[in-house]
Amino acid sequence: MSVAIETRRMEQRMIRRRNGMVLNRLSQAAFALAGILVFYAVARAAAANLGVFFQQVLNGFQLGFIYALVALGYTMVYGIVRLINFAHGDVFMVGAFTSFFTISLLNLHQWPSTVWPGMNPTLVMAIGTISVILFSMMICALLAVTIERFAYRPLRALPRITALITAIGVSFFLEYFGGLPFAFTNNYRTYPRPFEVFVLNAEMVPPVWLAVLWGVCVAAAIVYSVLKFLGQRGNIRAQAWQRNPLLQFGMLFGGFLGVVLTIVWLAPRFIGTAFELTASNAMLIIMGISIILLVVLQYIVRYTRIGKAMRASAYDKPTSRLMGINVDTVIAMTFALAGSLAGAGGVLYATAFKQVHHLMGIIPGLKSFVAAVIGGIGSIPGAFVGALTIGLVEVLSAGFISTPMRDAVAFSLLIIVLLIRPQGIFGEAPGEKV
Amino acid sequence: MLQRLRGPNLSFILGSLAFFVVVQILISTGLLNPYWQNILFWGAAMTMVSLGLNLIYGFNGQFSLGQFGFYAIGAYASADITYRWVRNDPSALVVVIFGSILALIFMLGISAFLRRFYGVATLTKFLFNLLAAVLGFFLAVRFINPAIGQPLYQALNGFPQGISQQIVFFLALVGGATLAGIVSYLFGIPVLELGSDYLGIATLGFTIIVKVLLDNTDTLLPFPEMKGARGMVGIPKWTTWPWVFVCFMAVVLVMRNLLHSSTGRAILSVREDERAAELVGINTASTKILAFVVGSVFAGLAGGIRAHDMAFLHPTMFGFLPSFNPLIIIVFGGLGSMTGTIITGFFWIFLLEGLLRLYLPEGFETWRFVVYPLVLLGMMLLRPQGLMGRYEIAFLRRPLPSLRVVKETPPTPAVAPKAEEVAV
Repeated sequence: MSVAIETRRMEQRMIRRRNGMVLNRLSQAAFALAGILVFYAVARAAAANLGVFFQQVLNGFQLGFIYALVALGYTMVYGIVRLINFAHGDVFMVGAFTSFFTISLLNLHQWPSTVWPGMNPTLVMAIGTISVILFSMMICALLAVTIERFAYRPLRALPRITALITAIGVSFFLEYFGGLPFAFTNNYRTYPRPFEVFVLNAEMVPPVWLAVLWGVCVAAAIVYSVLKFLGQRGNIRAQAWQRNPLLQFGMLFGGFLGVVLTIVWLAPRFIGTAFELTASNAMLIIMGISIILLVVLQYIVRYTRIGKAMRASAYDKPTSRLMGINVDTVIAMTFALAGSLAGAGGVLYATAFKQVHHLMGIIPGLKSFVAAVIGGIGSIPGAFVGALTIGLVEVLSAGFISTPMRDAVAFSLLIIVLLIRPQGIFGEAPGEKV
Repeated sequence: MLQRLRGPNLSFILGSLAFFVVVQILISTGLLNPYWQNILFWGAAMTMVSLGLNLIYGFNGQFSLGQFGFYAIGAYASADITYRWVRNDPSALVVVIFGSILALIFMLGISAFLRRFYGVATLTKFLFNLLAAVLGFFLAVRFINPAIGQPLYQALNGFPQGISQQIVFFLALVGGATLAGIVSYLFGIPVLELGSDYLGIATLGFTIIVKVLLDNTDTLLPFPEMKGARGMVGIPKWTTWPWVFVCFMAVVLVMRNLLHSSTGRAILSVREDERAAELVGINTASTKILAFVVGSVFAGLAGGIRAHDMAFLHPTMFGFLPSFNPLIIIVFGGLGSMTGTIITGFFWIFLLEGLLRLYLPEGFETWRFVVYPLVLLGMMLLRPQGLMGRYEIAFLRRPLPSLRVVKETPPTPAVAPKAEEVAV
């Protein structure tokens, strides 16, 4: 009898519970208000100091593109083996150090001038830089494949935590081994850039360049949308042309470099000469190389056989095996691609900040991972967008909120994004299998 | 009573008391020099942090990398309390203790209030609890501290010197642990909803945010005595062996009894299968938060111990690289094994920070950090379940037979297929 009374009481209590929607709306409003306030404060500070704002946008692009290269490695590896590859940031560090040694010991960035003396110095610089980057990419791809082969592959059948711990172990090994006196030493070392860096100013940017860049961007966009329209109508030739990586390349390259050069060109006209905008050619080179690599990667993943195999393995490994895909090779290829991108990222990062250190991979690696999570892990455009977001947010918060808090702001952004949209901007909601 | 003091219980109690007495004698006679004493205390603190993480990850299955953030909060909070106290300023003590009490009361009230509604979103819960906690600490700073700060100081100083010091130290430890618990509760409400890897990344972000904040305590936060990235000096060195022992045993016993209770079984069932646990009526959200908060309280307590042992705190002690130590310790020792964690935790500090730092030849000190990842890799390859697996010593073993691992056998067809079907 007492049980019945108790049950009735509980039922009554349940009925008396009211809808919490009002409270939810209230708190949503409060969060939105806080967000708007922060945005407003930053916007006001930016408007009061346009020079700093544009400078930070340029820096943010530079950083964001480097993060994008590293984030792509995280996102591809996570997509295919569901592993947070903590060692990726250290592969990035090894890439930076490889280029450091090839430049300072081997003079690889000047090999064309020793082979063909009297070559045009600009050409020497271009070929030298590209070969330095390619060499680092190669070494890092080898390193990543080695790590995969000897550390991750034997553990693939075991629970995921073992692979994660192994990744942490590999990461620590690379960091501390790099810190040994005969390896990379534990000092900060000045990085000899493979090319001469000079500051761009408005006079060095002829308006024709701007016109060409924007023209390329707009033309590629128009062609792309026309082809897409036709492709949706069923035109197979249009669909084939739409896959041409040159179109993507034109849009990204024209657009981003156009933005940078436009800012450089407009700065003295808008801001006046009070603020010296320092945009260097390194910025343009970093962005250009990153865009090329991103487009190449996108092409590989989307339109080649190995890319198709990667996507299939990421989607469903056992079934891909049944379809005759050698999943182990595909995973090794993924690691090689990820490692080479990280290597290139390392070279560009060292070029941008002129310093190498055996722990330099940790924070950029983590932020790139954050970028991959924000963009939606497993998604390549997501990694790109997330990396640009993280780069811009980090640099803008350094400029307008507080310089030492830049890391904290980046990670707070991560937590906020995870709370609002856990699957990231471009990610698909994970379906839970019961 | 006597019934319960038999067998493993009795031998555990006697053994630990004997250990306590032996170490105390060694310290009193000076056989255990301050270096090894420091290593022992450090090992105890690290083991407490790792036990907390084992409760969160090993027993409850929530992959957290934020343990060092709570360790740092506990360390800095308790250090600030005693630092100010020995400089005749009771404000930190009053604010942390009474602020925590008020915040807990308010958060309880808010939770009771929110229980009258259905469909309350996680972010709403988080916001209301956050406001309650902030209100509690605000009241403590604004009203309670001016009102009872000085009288409390006078009253506590009325005791003899040694006793008042012990009381303040106790309150500092409790305050640090409570603060870590409150922060972990607030942080855990929204974050524990996330899945496995996302939770890890969010908690890693928390650790890094805490580290950055500690780097800027003097510039961004109003704590000039913490001296930001220069490191906090001048903390009284009050940690003694009895304190370490009592705190350590408290952690072990609380964790053991928690895990042996019905709540503990709920915690374990969430690890085994969250869906199934929810279906048998376990409130998985609150279970996860409970484990998370208790684990963080352990970390905060360990932070207080460590701070008053070192008498020096620096943000790099709580940085990215050391923050993986508890995870590595519990994986080494075996996820879900208190025994393994205790053994590995002490052994870890003893070996890496004590023995090898002292006895490696000149120029080879950094080699230990090169070798231990290799040992870790070998361990993962050869014995991925950890040193102890899920083994426990008799005292810590669950009184009921533990859940048996059900082997997944392919379902056998109830009726044998007919011959012509096979042929088709």
